[in-house]
Amino acid sequence: MTPTHDQAGQRIVRVASGQGFWGDWLEAPRRQVEGGDVDYLMLDYLAEVTMSILQKQKERDPNMGYARDFVGAFESVLPAVAKRGVRVVANAGGVNPPACAAAVRQVARKHDVSDAVRIGVITGDDLLPRLDELIAGGHALANMETGEPLSTVRERVLSANAYLGSVPIVDALAKGANVVITGRSTDTALTMAPLRHEFGWKDGDWDRLAAGIVAGHIIECGAQCSGGNCLVDWQTIPDLANIGYPIVEGSADGSFVIAKHPNTGGRITVASISEQLVYEMGDPHAYITPDVIADFTTIRLEQIGENRVRVFGIKGRPATDKLKVSIAYRAGFKAVGSLVYSWPDALPKAQLADRVLRERLGRLGLHFDKILTEFVGASATHGRLAGEPHDPPEVQLRIGVRGEDRAAVERFTREIAPLVLNGPPSVTGFAGGRPKVEEIVAYWPALIDKRVVQPKVEVLA
Amino acid sequence: MKVRLLDIAHARSGDKGDTANVGVIALRPEWYPVIRTYVTLAAVQAHFKDAITGPVERYELPNLNALNFLLHGALDGGGTLSLKTDAQGKVFSTAMLRLVLDVPEDEAKAANLPGPKQWPVYQRSPKE
Repeated sequence: MTPTHDQAGQRIVRVASGQGFWGDWLEAPRRQVEGGDVDYLMLDYLAEVTMSILQKQKERDPNMGYARDFVGAFESVLPAVAKRGVRVVANAGGVNPPACAAAVRQVARKHDVSDAVRIGVITGDDLLPRLDELIAGGHALANMETGEPLSTVRERVLSANAYLGSVPIVDALAKGANVVITGRSTDTALTMAPLRHEFGWKDGDWDRLAAGIVAGHIIECGAQCSGGNCLVDWQTIPDLANIGYPIVEGSADGSFVIAKHPNTGGRITVASISEQLVYEMGDPHAYITPDVIADFTTIRLEQIGENRVRVFGIKGRPATDKLKVSIAYRAGFKAVGSLVYSWPDALPKAQLADRVLRERLGRLGLHFDKILTEFVGASATHGRLAGEPHDPPEVQLRIGVRGEDRAAVERFTREIAPLVLNGPPSVTGFAGGRPKVEEIVAYWPALIDKRVVQPKVEVLA
Repeated sequence: MKVRLLDIAHARSGDKGDTANVGVIALRPEWYPVIRTYVTLAAVQAHFKDAITGPVERYELPNLNALNFLLHGALDGGGTLSLKTDAQGKVFSTAMLRLVLDVPEDEAKAANLPGPKQWPVYQRSPKE
């Protein structure tokens, strides 16, 4: 598709967000390519712990380990890719981008459009096979939060992936790929790379690269910038059932407009964009990525039309010589169970049940690293800030444990149901049965020298 | 005059490990100086003292009429370790908006801040 131009004759490139996480709306990718003109479709599948889930799947089956939702999403947008020139960039590859590419190829073959689909595959982020070599070479991969070296949990590590930036994606696009599949790429690079490719931004164009990162941050959570999960004036946000996912209309100077397709629901305002900008924000002066450090205190927003916000003025500075590494390791077991207590005195009944349960766990001699009780309907999310509840019609007792000893967690799961007959009265809501014991796969953020990570780009013929 | 943060700001929160971030945005640009002055580090530390185990950091974003707070030790270990309903800190945002500010009368009047008279009856806490 030939990129279009705005009213002033400036060339613009449209990058549409079609997925904010693995589990997002299945309709969104197709709606983004069918609702109006877009040049690129950006799909973000990977949360912090997703890689470890995928690693477990790959261990069971070497052809797995990627976000399988992507195959269906790709099929739903295939006509736009094959006939209208829309390009797709997705981090759906997980821990196995080649297997993801093979699945995509099969879809293209099935629809007899293999010639029109050129898949770019990016690897090199997976550090798991090199972990011992790296540690031996003096890379401690210390936990960014605690400072502990990775050697303390080395035996329990399930996955280790460096966050790659925009460069390999740009490379794949330059080599003619129209579907780019990455493993652990930064979410923001999926949006910035197409803009960088189209406008030829280089290292040193820090402000423009930073602008691309901000564009990525705004649309990486899908509709969360266009009226979804939006607190301001939420009662009047129109037609959430038909919500429009966001589109970046990027210009060569780095400024861009956030918009959505006509005849869609939701709302794009300075307020809705501001809410998304502060989401998961750390130090706003230094939003660090592999490509550039963006300064969020320089972002300017302007409402230029209905559901159109212009974003400009963004400043950036050179990136560091490190990459962030996302490591997942086994960290014990947990289980969470719940029961519902009804009026009258719903809360005191639930509180008594909690005391009874804890006393029984103590008498069994079970030890846990943590037992957490919450009273849903009274204080679960706001704690003491919520004040005393006013005679609620029901309160859910929600109690969870975690610890190293699987047998202890298992035993805990059998102590909930007996309360129905041998604990406080007016109890219900146990139809879900015994809680499940889950293995905890915890997240270990670390840094590594950029020079030891070599991304590989392959465009399949 | 008592001013509820809920009436002059909106907010969104998220997680990074065991830290919750809360972005607070003035509902009107002219109310940003009010939140900048009265939503202090000390006020937020005191507000969340029963809910978090670590320190609080505060940042100003005048360009967005916003403040950003990092609440460390807020999520029972965070991510998959956490046993909390709100393991990802999604509703620390609205917990923050429960903050009540003490703004001098003249300043509140000048900025046209909504005060207790505008508080809907059903939202009044029993102490009022």
